[in-house]
Amino acid sequence: MSKLIPTPGQTVGPFYGYALPFNKDNELLAPGSAGSIRLQGTVYDGAGEAIPDAILEIWQPDSEGNVVQRTGSLVRDGYTFTGWGRAAVGNSGVYTFTTVNPGATSPVPGKPGAAPFISVAVFARGLMNRLFTRIYLPENEEALAADPLLSSLDPERRQTLIARRDADGGLTWDLRLQGGNETVFLDFEGASR
Amino acid sequence: MLLDANAGHYQDDELVPAAEPHAAHAPSDAAVETQADLSAEIKAIGEAYAQALKNGAAPETQPRLDFAPYRSSILRHPTKSLHHADPETIELYSPAFGHQDVHALESDLTIQHNGEPQGERIIVQGKVLDGDGRPVAGQLVEIWQANAAGRYIHKRDQHPAPLDPNFTGVGRCITGPDGSYRFTTIKPGAYPWKNHLNAWRPAHIHFSMFGTDFTQRIVTQMYFPGDQLFPLDPIYQSIVDQDARDRLVAKYDHDLTSPEWALGYNWDIVLSGSKRTWTENEAFGDAGDEE
Repeated sequence: MSKLIPTPGQTVGPFYGYALPFNKDNELLAPGSAGSIRLQGTVYDGAGEAIPDAILEIWQPDSEGNVVQRTGSLVRDGYTFTGWGRAAVGNSGVYTFTTVNPGATSPVPGKPGAAPFISVAVFARGLMNRLFTRIYLPENEEALAADPLLSSLDPERRQTLIARRDADGGLTWDLRLQGGNETVFLDFEGASR
Repeated sequence: MLLDANAGHYQDDELVPAAEPHAAHAPSDAAVETQADLSAEIKAIGEAYAQALKNGAAPETQPRLDFAPYRSSILRHPTKSLHHADPETIELYSPAFGHQDVHALESDLTIQHNGEPQGERIIVQGKVLDGDGRPVAGQLVEIWQANAAGRYIHKRDQHPAPLDPNFTGVGRCITGPDGSYRFTTIKPGAYPWKNHLNAWRPAHIHFSMFGTDFTQRIVTQMYFPGDQLFPLDPIYQSIVDQDARDRLVAKYDHDLTSPEWALGYNWDIVLSGSKRTWTENEAFGDAGDEE
């Protein structure tokens, strides 16, 4: 149990565009470098309209499943994979990252081997507080079926967390803040371990 | 010019042109809802919350995602409950930031240009703590804000208040071993927005923080004490609990005020609790301690 009460969040508002983005913010690896893939998608509102003022962050293990704890995300040297990136959507609601397929992390003793995923935080004008979600790789049905989170979801809701593999090896994953195919968003508070 | 070698992140296409037309100062958009309309909605929500508290409901600590008086939230909030999940692997860690990422001078927003910015110079200082009171050391804090006239250097802010050539309004720092951060800046002005007719935001500074776990990630806004716009603002009011709102308001601190230089404000940030199993002398961020 937490002893202190957390500070409330507030919307990122409309004016983050001159503050939060930075050079190569969405390039966890240099585009075109060995092992790099494109992760791309569109952010939609409850009317199915693409929204032009959302900003996403991803945080993921490297391709071997290691949690990377190296500095240099804000001033990238072009070689160090830090595991974290940030991408503001463009006018058509599309975000793009260059990253790697996350590897499977070592299983926690007593728990099944988890399917690899990318952790996501999303911020937008009109969104009162950040939301968390996950992007799972579409391969390895067995691991997906055994995943504690995915297996706790209805089949159609589960699909909102699984990316599509593109012909060129990239990943496509759309985010819907509201509506029929609303993305599953996560609450980590009060959950038992 | 910015001192920072990383100046490329102030993207040119986000800068407002130096000269721009302001044909009319009268509101030109189609907003016909008045502050009275919005205030009535806010009041009804507040009364319902007060009644719920009386009936034994737990106090709310975060903003409501579904808060219709902030019109832009209507189509942008999830309608399904957030799904409870146990944080796993990567979620129990945060990205690492350090002095490669942030230059020490980035915490002073008043020295980024050749001249002094207009307005009331202030120092904003505090600590980033996790829910157990542990200081969050060596982590990134980012801020952004309007200038003293209430104008953002952003192409979407076109209201007729002057830009300040000596003020960008963006700062960063890395927290100290005790979780402390400190910025020198200018007190931002209130500014109008188009939620409804005559809508004004209370003066605020946007803050972005990381914890030791990615699940502690937070973006919020720090306000100044005694702002007369609090009762009128749908974004501040989206937090329905007064104690929770108060956690976003800095305290004026005369001991922090620097004679003949700057007024001091103190504001501590508490993140949610870390879900990681902490050992007594855990080295922060050692790669491979998942093994």
